[in-house]
Amino acid sequence: MQPENYTHTLDNGLVLVAEPNPSLESAAFTFLLPAGGAYDPADALGLNSFACEMALRGAGPRDSRQLVDDLDALGVERGEGVSVEHTNYGGAAVADNLLPALEIYADVLQRPHLPVEQIEAGRQVVIQELMATEDEPAHKVMVELKRSHFPSPWGNPSQGEMASAMSIDIAQIRAQVARCYRPNGTILGVAGKFDWDELRDHVSRLFAAWESVEVPRPAEGPTNQRVRHIMHEAHQTQIGIAYASVPYSHEDYFCAWGAVGVLSGGMSARLFTEVREKRGLCYSVQASHQTLKDRGAVLCYAGTSADRAQETLDVTLAELRRLAEGVRPEELDRLKARIKSGLIMQHESSSSRSSSIARDWFHLGRVRTLDELAAIIDRLSSDDINAYLERRAPRDFTVVTLGPEPLEMPL
Amino acid sequence: MKFRSQQLANGLEIVAECDDQAHSTALGFFVKAGSRDEDDTVAGVSHFLEHMMFKGTPTRSADDVNREFDEMGAHYNAYTTEENTVYYAAVLPEQQAAALELLADMLRPSLRADDFDMEKKVIIEEIGMYEDQPPYCADEQCKADHFGSHPLGRSVLGTEQSITELTVEQMRNYFERQYSARNIVLAAAGHVDFEALVAQTERATAHWNDVTPQRQTESYRTTRGACRTMNKSSSTQQYVLLLSDGPAADDDARYAAKILATVLGDDQGSRLYWELVDPGLAEHCSLSHYDYLDAGLMMTYLSCPPESAADNLRRVQAVYAAVEASGIDDAELARAKSKISSRVVLSSERPRGRLFTLGGNWLQRREYRTVRDDIDAVAAITADDVADVLRRFPLTTSTIVTVGPLESL
Repeated sequence: MQPENYTHTLDNGLVLVAEPNPSLESAAFTFLLPAGGAYDPADALGLNSFACEMALRGAGPRDSRQLVDDLDALGVERGEGVSVEHTNYGGAAVADNLLPALEIYADVLQRPHLPVEQIEAGRQVVIQELMATEDEPAHKVMVELKRSHFPSPWGNPSQGEMASAMSIDIAQIRAQVARCYRPNGTILGVAGKFDWDELRDHVSRLFAAWESVEVPRPAEGPTNQRVRHIMHEAHQTQIGIAYASVPYSHEDYFCAWGAVGVLSGGMSARLFTEVREKRGLCYSVQASHQTLKDRGAVLCYAGTSADRAQETLDVTLAELRRLAEGVRPEELDRLKARIKSGLIMQHESSSSRSSSIARDWFHLGRVRTLDELAAIIDRLSSDDINAYLERRAPRDFTVVTLGPEPLEMPL
Repeated sequence: MKFRSQQLANGLEIVAECDDQAHSTALGFFVKAGSRDEDDTVAGVSHFLEHMMFKGTPTRSADDVNREFDEMGAHYNAYTTEENTVYYAAVLPEQQAAALELLADMLRPSLRADDFDMEKKVIIEEIGMYEDQPPYCADEQCKADHFGSHPLGRSVLGTEQSITELTVEQMRNYFERQYSARNIVLAAAGHVDFEALVAQTERATAHWNDVTPQRQTESYRTTRGACRTMNKSSSTQQYVLLLSDGPAADDDARYAAKILATVLGDDQGSRLYWELVDPGLAEHCSLSHYDYLDAGLMMTYLSCPPESAADNLRRVQAVYAAVEASGIDDAELARAKSKISSRVVLSSERPRGRLFTLGGNWLQRREYRTVRDDIDAVAAITADDVADVLRRFPLTTSTIVTVGPLESL
């Protein structure tokens, strides 16, 4: 019988993790590089985002246009981005095109041209993405919430800031890529239809000559102002609330996750019911668990008309505090049903699995199979969650609001 | 993979693509009710009604509806367009009957006045949310300008005023008219027990009314060439939308139009991408094709700094003039086919991905098409087919709306 997943570590440290699903016609891949926003120098925030923008502008034997044309010819649905911990490059295609696509990405990661003649074009792209965020208030408030909640560099905006975007030069980008695009710390997740022996040999050959570089974890800076309002001319006020939680690798993670699910998993969850259904305060309200390597947080969002924002903030905070009184077994049962069907449905898509298994490896040093996850969820009880909530009730809230008028902070 | 279909005595149609190997089952009621079926007195009622469907029935409260969906582990939601309102749920196969029972019950809602008043606030918040995001204002205005008095020019959300003035009686009347069994298709994809589905639906919908609904499809004359500037000083970027005509849902040229949109305006690697996005002149520039019953649209979306909007618009027009003069080349055609086929395969792996294609095809054309049919149709397109689309639907004459800091463009 075929194993549920495979791993292979190259001598230079690159980890390949792969989960086969021969019933699919597609294969997907996710590269996680240790080149997250947290590794940006303090005077060049957004450097890794800028580098990511430049890396696809030609690599190996292909110039910028040839590279994109060849990926298009393979029908690779691709995406890339920079999070706190990682720069990720991912794609999905019909199964036959997996190995040729990886060959192109081997050039992007090891031999990007980073052409000086295109840096101004790249700079304009970066600047415009920053400007577009100004027109997306819901996105902007969450960027600012993370900046307030986490100490630097963990709260730094990965997309950078206008001042750094204007000043970054090609030498900084090349130095950053030389330092952060490295095999040790890079994880390649592959899921879908593939032949393991062929995949392992192909990846080993493509990345064998990549030289490792030792880079320390960044030093932690001071904590920022935890409660603040940002003036913004608009109909609505955006509300972001955060509180500390545990990371994915923590033994209490699933208790923390379950508690957030009771708040915001499905339309019968507490925030949706209390804020939207019972009071009609807003269209969108939600909470989610975010995890870094060594810490986690719960991030909540609500957006509503300026004149109803105070009530929305008050009701939302009251719900977060009420969580300390515990969750009911039936609330957890609903969440379990939803998650278990979601886990089974993950078998139907290669893209979601390739990124999940790569992230598992980053946090745990191994891959949790879908069956293992289902067993963990099965075992979780409301007593476990309530014991956890007794130890770690939501408190010490970070609150950032964005809108035409500041709110009273009931903290 | 097996296609099954059946029409019930009350007129409701059931279509299913059954795949015993699938891990999940997706079910959706596709209702022919959208903003095109409204008039000014009930603008936005289709979308508001979609929200009210989750507010309960004679035997279920709003809490019951949401709680029961969550209890069965459903991934569920609803959406409203110009032409349709769709209610769907993806569940594990053993929940097929429970999901169908709940969806069918939901579609005969109580429409209680106090729920209506509460949900009205949510709808107004949703309108306010979009008003704070400049591209959405441009989108609705551009369709209104382009279609003029044709019903496709109507706003899906309505306005704060139209929603405020709407009464629950008006909504009940609209519901009676549009949610007739004959106006609804039940689609199912994935692991489906078709016999059980039909038998249960027959019982669950026996009391649904069977009036013959009326929808006017009509030819229209667009006001191409119009250009409107909406000043929004709080906006950072300038957003420009261009609408021109394209193949409608019953027009075989729609596949060539998809290829054309991919060659010219895909997010990556298209002519507009190389002309505007790669050099950093615009944050985003894309071209998409949308098809409706009696009309098609080619929509260009451009976002960029206000000071370069006029120049960028000229560049877009130059790209369109060049393709109208010289067509597309074979390498572009091949890449576009590869991208579209790949997307069809990836989006079809999940039953809930297939559901929307299956229901949409039936609503638009009463037609079943396999994944292979769509891939083959794309593969058969030639550069001449694309040139024909450009001759019939020139991109260079369009309705333009821009929103942002500029006072004029």
